[in-house]
Amino acid sequence: MLEYLKLETWLPENVSTYGAEIDFLFYVIYYITGVAFILVAAAMVAFLIIFRHREGRRARYVHGNTVLEIVWTVGTALIVIVLGIMSEPLWARIKQQVPPSDIQVRVTGKQFNWEILYPGPDGKFETADDVQMDNELHVPVNRVVQVFLTSKDVIHSFFLPNLRLKQDALPGRTIQAWFEATKPGVYEIPCAELCGFGHSGMLGYLTVHSAKDYEKWVKEQWPQS
Amino acid sequence: MAEPTGIQTAHPVEHVHHEELGFWRTYVFSTDHKTIAKQFLFLGLFMMVIGGLLALMLRWQLAWPETAVPGFGWVPEPYMFEGIIPPETYNMLFTMHATIMIFFVIMPILVGCFGNFLIPLMIGARDMAFPTLNMLSFWVGAVAGVVMLTGFFVPGGHAATGWTAYAPLSAKAIYTGVDWGQNLWCISLIILAISSMMGSINYITTIINMRAPGMTWFRLPLVIWSLFIVAILLLLALPVLTSGLAMLLFDRMAGTHFFLPEGGGEPLLWQHLFWFFGHPEVYVLILPAMGVASDVLSTFSRKPIFGYRSMVYALIGIAFLSWLVWGHHMFQSGMNPALGTSFMISTMIIAVPSAIKTFNWLGTLYGGSIRFTTPMLNTLAFISMFVIGGLSGIFMASTPVDMFIHDTYFIVAHIHYVVFGGSIFGLFAAIYYWFPKMFGRMMNEPLGKIHFWLTFVAFNCVFIPMHILGVGGMMRRIYNPTQYEFLASLQPINVFITISAIVLGLAQIPFVINFFWSLFAGKEAGRNPWQANTLEWSAPSPPPHGNWGEKIPVVYHGPYEYSVPEVAEDYLPQDSPLVVPALAKH
Ligand code: HEM
Ligand SMILES: [Cu+2]
Ligand SMILES: [Cu+2]
Repeated sequence: MLEYLKLETWLPENVSTYGAEIDFLFYVIYYITGVAFILVAAAMVAFLIIFRHREGRRARYVHGNTVLEIVWTVGTALIVIVLGIMSEPLWARIKQQVPPSDIQVRVTGKQFNWEILYPGPDGKFETADDVQMDNELHVPVNRVVQVFLTSKDVIHSFFLPNLRLKQDALPGRTIQAWFEATKPGVYEIPCAELCGFGHSGMLGYLTVHSAKDYEKWVKEQWPQS
Repeated sequence: MAEPTGIQTAHPVEHVHHEELGFWRTYVFSTDHKTIAKQFLFLGLFMMVIGGLLALMLRWQLAWPETAVPGFGWVPEPYMFEGIIPPETYNMLFTMHATIMIFFVIMPILVGCFGNFLIPLMIGARDMAFPTLNMLSFWVGAVAGVVMLTGFFVPGGHAATGWTAYAPLSAKAIYTGVDWGQNLWCISLIILAISSMMGSINYITTIINMRAPGMTWFRLPLVIWSLFIVAILLLLALPVLTSGLAMLLFDRMAGTHFFLPEGGGEPLLWQHLFWFFGHPEVYVLILPAMGVASDVLSTFSRKPIFGYRSMVYALIGIAFLSWLVWGHHMFQSGMNPALGTSFMISTMIIAVPSAIKTFNWLGTLYGGSIRFTTPMLNTLAFISMFVIGGLSGIFMASTPVDMFIHDTYFIVAHIHYVVFGGSIFGLFAAIYYWFPKMFGRMMNEPLGKIHFWLTFVAFNCVFIPMHILGVGGMMRRIYNPTQYEFLASLQPINVFITISAIVLGLAQIPFVINFFWSLFAGKEAGRNPWQANTLEWSAPSPPPHGNWGEKIPVVYHGPYEYSVPEVAEDYLPQDSPLVVPALAKH
């Protein structure tokens, strides 16, 4: 019974480096808000029972309590500000500081596919050895992958539930994102932003290869090099 | 000048109202704030039925994807295929469900109906400052409603881009196949904004200028404070929405490129404009319910509201901060992530005034003498459900956590805990509480309690599991969750939610019966059936044109003087001239 209250019962398996930190923060907020809710609900139920109307008892005539009001204002403010301070560095690391990497792909959303462009062995986009695949993203495990996200038509959202990454893809600009997968396997890449009648079912696949498999896959795609 | 005693007040000031106005001026184009309030109420309740049916159709599709919805075989192709909902129609359904519930149910009832009904009656005025403008406000709003409903019948169907209408999806017909549907959506909301502007100006002017003698700012009931703040929010937020809508219409119809990158436009501009309006708007939906809750809670705890002044300051604080948090809807949008951090901090801070209000409500219960009437039960539900909605907001305020739960059912759960759990329970509390004043008859208590308990239980069965779907990663606005492997294990939850939603829909039947039955056959209410303090209870039920006979009440006390030790009764109406030493302090 108790396992239904655990987040990991419901969360998709995490296979990214920063995903574990996001889950940790998720847990911190879950416990803090959980305790807050239980306290408020318990107080409310208790008051409703104790102070229910009974003949001959009058309500107390009080208008407030300044000390109490200051205490709960400051207490709440402290908790939420600490949560903000805890969130900031992780956010900055994920969205602001893209680590260097030689594994790069361009992901372009369009109604209703993910076009994945690989730069090929020369590591440069828009050269003869580029290869484009629809809805298939292949990456090696334990390596930082840089994604250059854009869209050809409307807004889409690049969502990797198992890596806890979500970033909208906008037409007219390119946004950088990154992730590092920690476990080989095949994971889904749904679109998370309404993009038209085919939004549901706009779905790509992320294949995380072990180092050796990845080499094999590269060889298959670019046999001449 | 001499004191305006005897002569002036004895004069039948309102003699003009004894004229026969005829059917049209009395029931249709009335300028009486109470009639206009009822018109808003019936408009809102009618639209609630439509909005609710749309939601049930959505739920059917999510539980049993691509099977025929029972009873909908008659809808012609291409909107439905022998009762089966295609994805285009599904997108239209959730767009219109939210649009109708937000703009044509909650706003007309909480702001339109109760704003109109309560403001003059609770501040001691005979009507609104601008009665004709008030009438116009309703009829312009009704036109907006007709335009909105027309959208269902145009070729291509109604708007299908979500209530948030993100560009470029909404800015070009080819992206959705919807042409006039989206245009009418924009036009209707522009018209509705004009209606709300007229209402807001009226509310603000009336509250500033027409308070009865003795009704100082800090003797105003909290529901009036909240409506005052709401009117200011609307006045400042709506022009931004209308500008955005006009630009969207130009992009669609005149070939401009405000939001289309191919012509140098900026898709994020729409989101900034929309949410700059949108976040204050969500407070427009909740603040009146907070006001209602404060008044009902104090009345049925027979106890002064705890921390009246901090309640007022919290309202003002929320109103101020609500201009600084819009970016929390755009954390993952491609907006500069550094900006995301500052919006995270402001969003965390806006949770503080919400918490203050909650603690003050608990403080009001403490030491009370609590009566569990139907309005009180709905108020208690409002408070506890709002707590859940406020707490879930903190998850999304944390930018890294939001990265995962943004655009999932976690957001859908949050929305419904604040807007259904908050605004709708507040709305029911208000209807049960002021129905006797509006119509002169009591609603039936046992039926009310049946309605309440069924609604409360079914509501939680519908929306608690949506948090789980969100934690599981299920995206909002998807047509068919069974298309995704990682969601397969969650499908039984979708079925459970849908069954609960059907129960929730059926649970409204006792309310409808109670409402119409009480309208004609309810027990006569008398002036003050709840033994409450505020001024509306000093007028007859229902109040006549002009509200009070010859004399406007004079106010001597604050609105929440319950169980004052020196007074024999446990309430002390605001217009009671009784001099009570214990009150000197307050
Ligand atoms: C404690 C206070 C609150 C906090 C911290 C909070 C926080 C948030 C955040 C961060 C989001 C954006 C989530 C996302 O899209 O990823 C959000 C969405 C939303 N909130 Fe709140 N919220 C609070 C209270 C409220 C209240 C009182 C209401 C309304 C009555 C409300 C209504 C909404 C709605 C309607 C949305 C979703 C809009 C949409 O995308 O369709 N929230 N909230
Ligand atoms: Cu999409
Ligand atoms: Cu917001």
